[in-house]
Amino acid sequence: MVFGSFTPEAFAFGFFTILTLGGAYGVAMNTNLVRGAVWLIVSLFGVAGFLALLSAGFLAAVQVLVYIGAIGILFTFAVMLTRSMTNVNQRFNQQWWISLLVSALLFILLIVGVIIPVWGNQSPADMSPTIANTTDLGVALVTGGGFVLPFEVASLLLTAAIIGAILIAREDEE
Amino acid sequence: MTNVLNEWAFIGVFFLLAPLLPSLPIAIAALISPRKPNAIKQATYECGLETVGDTWVQFKVQYYVFGLIFLVFDVEMVFLFPWALAYQQLDFFAFAAGLLFIFLLTDALFYAWGKNALEWS
Repeated sequence: MVFGSFTPEAFAFGFFTILTLGGAYGVAMNTNLVRGAVWLIVSLFGVAGFLALLSAGFLAAVQVLVYIGAIGILFTFAVMLTRSMTNVNQRFNQQWWISLLVSALLFILLIVGVIIPVWGNQSPADMSPTIANTTDLGVALVTGGGFVLPFEVASLLLTAAIIGAILIAREDEE
Repeated sequence: MTNVLNEWAFIGVFFLLAPLLPSLPIAIAALISPRKPNAIKQATYECGLETVGDTWVQFKVQYYVFGLIFLVFDVEMVFLFPWALAYQQLDFFAFAAGLLFIFLLTDALFYAWGKNALEWS
């Protein structure tokens, strides 16, 4: 992406950056947990926009459907289950310096490992010779030479997740 | 790179239109409706009843179980969507692999049913 000229992509990139960072700021700074969950959804939507800009349409749809549609709702439910969702009057808890340290380390790691190697490299990255789309992904998931075993194991894992959720959440009633 | 934006342009148009459609009637109503406020008209309106007490109440744990089960089937959809897209190119074995995937998760649904997790108590 060329930042020197004002292209529509640069505008979209800036818009999604504002959504992502602004949403994250809202999550961190809001003392009402429900509003924090809604800000989280805004931030996740910005990430979906990034995925769309990277031509990963399927991943963008998954981001909206699973992260916003399911995990965002789950966060909201979890917040609504807690009694003190609006009574949080402290913005930072005792461990704020640990999260500061971890975030700073992760930021440095991203700068050194990802951003510095590609910064200033204006030519677009080489695409793989076989350009994969969602249909190719579907073929790879279920054909024998592809990923059929991990595919079925994922199904088992999801089944285990349901059983675990029911066992933990309904323990008190049986 | 511009093609990427063109592909998504109609979704962008949708995102511009979607807030417009509900806000337009509200704006028109605010502009042209006559105003004669009284106490009853100004009351908080929610499903015809005035709210009693605080609306920020603690919710039942059962909502969370429904949310978790929904999340699992949402992730199942993510796996099945590429399978359904590639349906025309698949041989029987690959088709059966998808069926096995659905069967294993139907199992989970029956488990939840058997444990009365789908009942509202």
